[in-house]
Amino acid sequence: MRFIFKTSYTQDIDLAKHSGHVWAYSALVLLMCAAPWLVEEYWLAQITFVLIYGIVGLGLMVLAGFTGLFSIGHAAFMGVGAYVAAVLSAHGVAFPLVILVAAGLSALVGAIVGLPALRVKGIYLGIATLSFGFIVEEGLARWESVTGGNAGMHVKAMTFMDWKVDSADKFYAVCLVLAVISTLAVLNVLRSPTGRAFVAIRDSEISAQSMGIHLAYYKTLSFMLSAALAGVGGALYAFKMQFISPDQFGILQSVDLLLMIVVGGLGSVHGAFLGSIFLITMPQLITLGKDWLPPAIGQAPGLQSVVYGLVLIAFVMFEPLGLYGRWLKVRTWFELFPFYRKGMFKRQKSFQKSDRLK
Amino acid sequence: MNNTLLSAHDLTVRFGGVLAVNRVSFEVKQGEVFTLIGPNGAGKTTVFNLISRIYTPTSGHLSFLGHRLSDVPAHAVASMGIARTFQNIELFEHATVLQNLLIGRHVHNRTGFWQQMLFSPAVRQAEKNTRHKVEEVIDFLELQHYRDTLVAGLPYGVRKVVELARALCTEPKLLLLDEPSSGLNVEETADMAFWIQDIQKDLGITVLMVEHDMSLVSKVSDRVLAMNQGEVLAMGVPAQVQSDPAVIEAYLGGGFDATALRRQTGAPA
Repeated sequence: MRFIFKTSYTQDIDLAKHSGHVWAYSALVLLMCAAPWLVEEYWLAQITFVLIYGIVGLGLMVLAGFTGLFSIGHAAFMGVGAYVAAVLSAHGVAFPLVILVAAGLSALVGAIVGLPALRVKGIYLGIATLSFGFIVEEGLARWESVTGGNAGMHVKAMTFMDWKVDSADKFYAVCLVLAVISTLAVLNVLRSPTGRAFVAIRDSEISAQSMGIHLAYYKTLSFMLSAALAGVGGALYAFKMQFISPDQFGILQSVDLLLMIVVGGLGSVHGAFLGSIFLITMPQLITLGKDWLPPAIGQAPGLQSVVYGLVLIAFVMFEPLGLYGRWLKVRTWFELFPFYRKGMFKRQKSFQKSDRLK
Repeated sequence: MNNTLLSAHDLTVRFGGVLAVNRVSFEVKQGEVFTLIGPNGAGKTTVFNLISRIYTPTSGHLSFLGHRLSDVPAHAVASMGIARTFQNIELFEHATVLQNLLIGRHVHNRTGFWQQMLFSPAVRQAEKNTRHKVEEVIDFLELQHYRDTLVAGLPYGVRKVVELARALCTEPKLLLLDEPSSGLNVEETADMAFWIQDIQKDLGITVLMVEHDMSLVSKVSDRVLAMNQGEVLAMGVPAQVQSDPAVIEAYLGGGFDATALRRQTGAPA
């Protein structure tokens, strides 16, 4: 067990709470940098997808996990980012600019979608974002002069001056850098007044307002930040897939994104990446499992959806804090061995649930 | 401006057919503890919600330091210097005491979003200063022991104090306390009385509170306003209000017509 003696306020402000964090995350970064030499090309592609979905997951985590606003149309922001990337790269625009424009335009769309969020809550916000998702998907399909409609669009490789991102290794490096930048940006926002305002809105709007938090401003800001990250992820997704069509950014993708953050662990930055690992490796595991199952089950269509559904139900019932919550428990078990108690993470029933004014 | 901090003029709120507050006028002076009392449903909390802009008055107005409160948006009330607690505690349950108090410093944040995203040295320094101010409040209310505890796991009495601390973190000019002693035992209520006195004397903060516990009211309040059914019954020093026949009648009930009594005693209706 580690005891941290606090002697300065900076210890609570710094991202690394103790030397263990410094070592662990440095090792992780080194390992990620070395990945192109360590793993085969197929697995490198999978890791690249983990990073891309991790960036999108970070965005949705800020919105749903930290601000408490659920979006069931988040793939639409990815779609905006992806099509910006496709259109701009066709005109030979340098990729840093493409990523910035993708983020900026998605943020703008996010601000517009955020407007109903100021008025509606809970399930109604879900419905509003769901219909927004359909509108964008339909819009992309119908705006044929720009998007090529349902026939889809080819995406040219990233370029910057003379440098062409033409190999899997180079693309992986770009994704890694962007994932690290996004994570640091989100962590910085979360440890500063803005992040605290997000969490305050999630926990009690009425109280946040009486503490002087401008609800409309911070909800819109959260939507914009979330959409911008989804836009960056969408742009990278487009470059990785090299071919995009509107149906890739429909309701199924949105549900996958929600599944990802719930399984990863709502309200934790780790959860975005853990959920992303789950989302990418699960189909592989199902494919592997198919050979072991009797053909009646293994070859049945829709097996993946059933497994996803079961996993989601299981997490909601048994581990609402997701994979990250499970990790916390495992870590505590080792730290306290042999004194771990079963009820340690059980949330106490709140003494008196306040009747909210709104 | 004289030493009036907050004044209400003919404040009226109507929810459909219910007249929750009817032509209430009062003035809270700088540095005093002013208490609203009255039986349940008298409209005390509604007056609080009017001041913190959760409701808007149907007619009449409130002015704070010369500004009309109905002209400012709800979130700007805190930065004008009005902080409040809630009757049923509205803390951020899944955060630690420290995080709750840090949110109380929100109105004093001067750094922008981009600075925060880059976590510039200015933001780091601001965070340190914020923490320093929060620690002062923690010392003042003796919350050191609970600093890193989740609010969800705290006993009710401590939560009350944490909510008070969070309101103090905004460095208010006027502190609104909605039933500070509800749900507290005798000892905790006595502590609360000391703290309210300290807040008034040491920090120089004006307190406006709603309270039922008459021993606490008479111990700390400079002036008391009694309400019933949305109307003012009596106003004055605690002893005077407590002995007012209209107030006694409102609390204990009387066998005779209340309006007749008011006419008889000349209490303001």
